[in-house]
Amino acid sequence: MEKDEKTTQVFSCKGMECKEMLEKLSEYIDGDLDPKLCEDLEKHMADCNPCLIFVNTLKKTISLFKYASSEPLPKEVHLRLHDYLKKKCQGC
Amino acid sequence: MINLSDQALIEKVRGGNYEAFESLVNRYEGKIYRLAIRMLRNPQDAEDALQETFIQVFRGLPGFEGRSQFSTWLFRLATNVCLMRIRHRDTEPSKMLPLEDYLPKLEEGAAPQMVDWADRPEDALLSKESREKMMEALDKLPPEYRAVFILRDIEGFSNAETGESLGISVAAVKSRLHRARIALRGMLSGYFEKKQISRGLETSLEA
Repeated sequence: MEKDEKTTQVFSCKGMECKEMLEKLSEYIDGDLDPKLCEDLEKHMADCNPCLIFVNTLKKTISLFKYASSEPLPKEVHLRLHDYLKKKCQGC
Repeated sequence: MINLSDQALIEKVRGGNYEAFESLVNRYEGKIYRLAIRMLRNPQDAEDALQETFIQVFRGLPGFEGRSQFSTWLFRLATNVCLMRIRHRDTEPSKMLPLEDYLPKLEEGAAPQMVDWADRPEDALLSKESREKMMEALDKLPPEYRAVFILRDIEGFSNAETGESLGISVAAVKSRLHRARIALRGMLSGYFEKKQISRGLETSLEA
């Protein structure tokens, strides 16, 4: 069977570089990383596909949670909350 | 009242206008419920936490000095209500494993394989089953890490606002957020990689 084209050998580059990169990833994603380090990191990713996949899936994880979190408040929960507050707060 | 700022509504509530309080509740109830359901996972507990939070808001408004934004104060109350409920549960809260446990494993001799599932659109990835896996993953984070991830990455608070809501430093926010993200990615990857591989197998068997 042929290998999936998206499947890649992991961490074929120098382990230490990958580890250093890992520590900086959140700052990189948030745009808080020093420009020089940012450049180093992007250079590293250009040569290290596993790290590129790691960053892409990390970003996707965040966007998935955000995307999945837009469900509306159930109507009955809204109604019960307002009833409850009205009763409780009038006695406050 | 829908167009009034939080501060203007607060002034009216202080003046005894209950409708203004209802407007504030309407503005934030959805966000607070989403926070509570993600923190507590159980709809009944989340609803109880929602009610308790807004009672605390009503009682606390006369003393609210406006040194922080209303939304930051509100989320602080709500997060504390949720954390207290978790503390009072019989089950032990989750613990953070070493970060290495959430990373792709390097095996002796043969390197493991890594699958890129990030290029699929959100809609394609979000099945009922995968949403459940995401909630499970979030639930496996220690509550203090879960709260940081929810406020910062789901609700879009800044590091400073998140820190203020949780009573921790910006450095602690950054550190917890990073670990939470890496852990969640690791847990979701385990699931999506399997899905992607079985999808690939199905395609090759059909061909």
